[in-house]
Amino acid sequence: MNNIIGIIVISVGLMFDFFGCLGLVRLPDVYNRLQASTKCITFGTCMILFGMFICAGLTAAGIKALLCAAFLLLTSPTATHVLARAAHKFGIKLSGIKVVDDYEETKN
Amino acid sequence: MTKVVTYIIGFLAVLFAGYIMIVSPPDFLIYPGLPYLPFLKRAFFVLILCAVMCFYRVIKGPTSPDRIVAVDMLGMLIVGFCAIFTVSTGRSWYIDIGIAWALQSFITMLAFGKYFEGKDFDE
Repeated sequence: MNNIIGIIVISVGLMFDFFGCLGLVRLPDVYNRLQASTKCITFGTCMILFGMFICAGLTAAGIKALLCAAFLLLTSPTATHVLARAAHKFGIKLSGIKVVDDYEETKN
Repeated sequence: MTKVVTYIIGFLAVLFAGYIMIVSPPDFLIYPGLPYLPFLKRAFFVLILCAVMCFYRVIKGPTSPDRIVAVDMLGMLIVGFCAIFTVSTGRSWYIDIGIAWALQSFITMLAFGKYFEGKDFDE
């Protein structure tokens, strides 16, 4: 029973991974791609790790998977924020369908 | 016109990859006799398809932050790969590789952020 629930959770994570990578290919802009990749990391990989915890139970591998998921939930938004800010300062323009760019206006 | 041809080629490629993954996954996987082996095969092939998409973005990406984002995502896919390996083989040291990979990926992202902002590393 635990294995079946874990496999369902892992399947949800795989689905998020797949659609995140599809967004990485299809979206027009580095900021949109960052958004898609963060969804892929926080939902996809953390769901896979959590499903692995459900499959493995309270063993050493399960506890390590929970630790890894907590670490990813802490670090991946930070890394994405750093990279988006750095890309804006590096001079990457937004794509042609942008609506507003507040950061550019407040900088000047 | 070329856009339509590109869309058709991409759609056919995704259909073909989905057929390979879901209907008939190839039969060269490592540990036969595992529980839930058909599911694990399909999971491996989904992750390999995601890695191919990331490599497409690494090769084609117009600017360098695109490539860095794709490499970061590739690292996260490898963490998921290690987790599924741990489930399928029952050996707990695969997840250690995943934890180490997540940590060094985070540090790499911070270093590349500093590099793109044009600062030194001790500011």
